[in-house]
Amino acid sequence: MAESFATGGVGDAQLRYRDDEPCAQPAVTVEAFKGQTNATAVRLESGEDARELLAMLDRLTLVVVHFPAFTDGRGYSAARILREAGYAGELRAAGDVLVDQIRYMRRCGFDSFAPDAPLDAAAVERALGFYDHVYQPTVDGQTPVWTLRHGGDHG
Amino acid sequence: MIILTGNDLKTGDVIWWAGETNWSRHLSDAVDAGEEADAVLQREDAARRVNAGYSVEAEQTERGPMPLHIKDRVRASGPTVRQDLAIDTNIPIEKA
Amino acid sequence: MYQYDKYDQSLVDSRVAEFRDQCERRIAGEMTEDQFKPLRLQNGLYLQLHAYMLRVAIPYGTLSGDQMRMLATIARKYDRDYGHFTTRQNIQYNWIKLEDAADILQDLSTVEMHAIQTSGNCIRNISSDQYAGASAEEAADPRPWAELLRQWSSFHPEFAHLPRKFKICVIASDTDRAAMRLHDIGIQLVENDAGELGARFYVGGGMGRTPMIAPLIREFVSADDLISYCEACLRVYNRYGRRDNKYKARIKILVHEIGAEEYKRQVEEEFAHIKTLNLDPPRAELERISEFFAPPAFDAEAPTEVDLSDPDFRIWHDQNVAEHKNPAYAIATISLKPVGGIPGDATADQMDLMADLAKQYSFDECRVTHSQNIVLPHVRKADLYALWQKLDEAGLAPANLDLIGDMIACPGLDYCSLANARSIPLAQKISQRFADQQRQKELGELKLKISGCINACGHHHAGHIGILGVDRKGVENYQLLFGGSGAEDVSLAKITGPGFTEDGVVDAIEKATDLYLAQREEGERFVDTYRRIGMEPFKEALYG
Repeated sequence: MAESFATGGVGDAQLRYRDDEPCAQPAVTVEAFKGQTNATAVRLESGEDARELLAMLDRLTLVVVHFPAFTDGRGYSAARILREAGYAGELRAAGDVLVDQIRYMRRCGFDSFAPDAPLDAAAVERALGFYDHVYQPTVDGQTPVWTLRHGGDHG
Repeated sequence: MIILTGNDLKTGDVIWWAGETNWSRHLSDAVDAGEEADAVLQREDAARRVNAGYSVEAEQTERGPMPLHIKDRVRASGPTVRQDLAIDTNIPIEKA
Repeated sequence: MYQYDKYDQSLVDSRVAEFRDQCERRIAGEMTEDQFKPLRLQNGLYLQLHAYMLRVAIPYGTLSGDQMRMLATIARKYDRDYGHFTTRQNIQYNWIKLEDAADILQDLSTVEMHAIQTSGNCIRNISSDQYAGASAEEAADPRPWAELLRQWSSFHPEFAHLPRKFKICVIASDTDRAAMRLHDIGIQLVENDAGELGARFYVGGGMGRTPMIAPLIREFVSADDLISYCEACLRVYNRYGRRDNKYKARIKILVHEIGAEEYKRQVEEEFAHIKTLNLDPPRAELERISEFFAPPAFDAEAPTEVDLSDPDFRIWHDQNVAEHKNPAYAIATISLKPVGGIPGDATADQMDLMADLAKQYSFDECRVTHSQNIVLPHVRKADLYALWQKLDEAGLAPANLDLIGDMIACPGLDYCSLANARSIPLAQKISQRFADQQRQKELGELKLKISGCINACGHHHAGHIGILGVDRKGVENYQLLFGGSGAEDVSLAKITGPGFTEDGVVDAIEKATDLYLAQREEGERFVDTYRRIGMEPFKEALYG
């Protein structure tokens, strides 16, 4: 089923914030993933429900979340839902991924990026470096201001 | 006729295409872009001589080119309720 | 008032640096306008009909004298000596240069202000009751809750690319001065049977092209669950709000299409999950914030009587001064609606004066109202006369609060690139036609609201009399609507019939108010008479 193979396999991530070996398999569609018990990488389209993957997290090593347009914010919720459920594998944002969105994506749990147009590494570093603090706890482990103010050290 | 307008990228000023690579603050300097409109806009946008440019249907009048739509006439004149801030108080806002 | 700590300041400073970098990249051509637009919008910067426009946030409409003075400084230094107070309790400047934008944000940051998320498809500035902390009838001051929501929603990474903009309002009394149920989320603070304060949630209201009154989604959300519950409301919207059609993308359409019950079910399910994640701040955080909103040190010796012997002062006092929870104090509204003026506009000099008056007479605090006026919330009754004299000298004492002269008008086609018709010249004509004080007073409370296009920034759906400007074959035309309200008697106005020219609509309003005067029963406002007798007699008067 050729159409079940989408982009997002080995080496496709331009930026990767993980030390483990990248998944060697191509990412398949959610439908295909459900039927292929040996697949370990899946690609989630922006309209698809991330919760469909929750029963199968133990056999996933890569989830590619596709952003058809950088203004389509559904992928941010998808990422958090996966991380909140304990998914610890690679979570990749692919598609219309721009430098000014990377920081929020990182906060929502993405740890690799496969943008349609390559990003300037220095610009990404700069964009990630502006803020020292966050108000809200998310899944990225940063201690929120709300905790810092009251003597705690993690959220 | 088709005339072109947009904003200066840095200042935001309303500007009108005055031929070649020239843009003017004044509607009276606008020239007919005819069938080149899209190409000129694309070129000028890429060169950042204009921001958010678009083409405007206009007619040639004794006061010079005049946009057919009221929005672009207000754009060329300035806020009608602040004549002290107007660019050109001679532009008829209501349809002639 | 809330004061930043090092963390709040650091976050705002970071934003200035980030936006400076983004502006430089845009000017250098490293970004297209399409890529830059959402970034500048999330910093309040629009490209409008004549120039860039900057919308500065005034969180829950509260600001100090120093902050008001900075708004005047911005007007002088970077704009054309004036600003426009908006129906969302913010201020906007009409003549901003992109190359100055970061410097302006930097200047604002020195007085703990910003323009973060004042536009774009994100959670916008939180609005609230302009009488908060001063009104006798509120369950509590709603602003600590609003400030907590401000912090939660600022730089929220999951909700920065929502299907559409998202507006939250927090009030704490049964009287609604903030159009609470016409927000995406309207919150009313209430006490439960145990005497605990909590939030009643209404979700899915809004104006725009499909106005909706928000249905009740949950009777009581405790302070300990506030953030988790908001996360749940927003996550359901972010995932399932429509993205195929910009005009159907607001949460009101989602709630309407799936039904309030189904939306509530999904939110409760999401909430049950989110509550396990420990996202809510410690209770001590709300307590910390609340301390900033402790009542000021009211003068216990101050007299409770006002000398009303000056008849002109008395007119202003009767109209623009409201009861305060402390009997020696009053709430004074400064109307930005002089006869023939531009509703909501204030000059830099007027802003400076209001800053001084706030400092001198109102514990250094002022408020912006959704009706585009300024409130001094804590004025000693003994100071009201001196305050009025100073306001009157500066043209800031129109005695028309909630009268026909106190109309809301969006900037309209004079400034706005979305507008179809001009709002301001019409507002000016109406205010001139009804300029007579006696006549206005005779007509009583009459909320007139004008929008220059269907996006409804001028709240025309919520007007006792609403006016909507439309484009009829390139000519400005105005539809008239009756029977709306943004208050606790919330309702949506209905169109009377065919539209009018600018002069025609002024005449039509006069015919309608004449009919009201002829038909009204004891104690009825215009909108009450309309509700009792219905549209038909009005149609007859207008078109018969």
